[in-house]
Amino acid sequence: MAAIGNPMIRMPGSAKKGEVIEVRSLIMHPMDTGLAKDKAGKIIPAHYIQTVTVTFNDRPLLDIDWSTAVSANPYLAFKMRAEESGTLKMVWKDNKNGVWSTGAKLSVS
Amino acid sequence: MKNMKRREFLGTGLTATTMAAVAGTGLLRSGMAFAGNVAGWPAKPFEEKKLAAAMTDSIGKTEIPVSSKVRLSAPSIAENGAAVPVTIEIDSPMNADDYVKTVWLFVDHNPTPLASQFNFTPGCGHAFIQQRIKMAKTDNVRVVARTSKGELMASAPRKVKVTIGGCGG
Repeated sequence: MAAIGNPMIRMPGSAKKGEVIEVRSLIMHPMDTGLAKDKAGKIIPAHYIQTVTVTFNDRPLLDIDWSTAVSANPYLAFKMRAEESGTLKMVWKDNKNGVWSTGAKLSVS
Repeated sequence: MKNMKRREFLGTGLTATTMAAVAGTGLLRSGMAFAGNVAGWPAKPFEEKKLAAAMTDSIGKTEIPVSSKVRLSAPSIAENGAAVPVTIEIDSPMNADDYVKTVWLFVDHNPTPLASQFNFTPGCGHAFIQQRIKMAKTDNVRVVARTSKGELMASAPRKVKVTIGGCGG
């Protein structure tokens, strides 16, 4: 079975108050469309991440809905305004009850 | 509305745990009882097979004025349609009174044209997204944004020449 999960976040550990920082993330996932066939000619069922939820200190920051058109092992970058120190959390959920989450700390001065 | 549902769902950690526990007993085969859609995921626009229908279901209309505030970058030639990098940037104050609330990303002739939907908050500071998408063939990619004031604006369609399609069809 191909690797799945292992979510990662890359972002600065510290920032000045009001600064807009970039957050980059990556997760291992096949993002199967349900259209491709395996070597035996059998359809590979759709298996893909549908939602990515980003919170900072448990407050909603960014909600994303994905389709099968997002590439395998999805990379995602977005921005965030640094207002206070705390923890950024990301949760990925797929259509087969797969749930992965990870977080990163930010110190704001 | 949708966001509220998502948040309520996230708030009830117990529900998720219970579901996982039930699934773990093997009483329910995955792909059956929870044939999969994550709570709050807007299935209807994502399952539409034509651009116009996908736009109508998600945005409510198909004719959106193009604005230079909505910028979409993608390579003009992508050798591999399985991973086409796209960058979305929208000019907006991103404060509580005026921010980009929702952004939709479409690939005109993909088997399902709606590729992603992004729901921003003012805390993002900048309406910016970078990700990789699959494209079945040479096609237009386009973005539509809706602000917190209800204003709709679109990017100019961006043509990407695809050498090898990426939908595995």
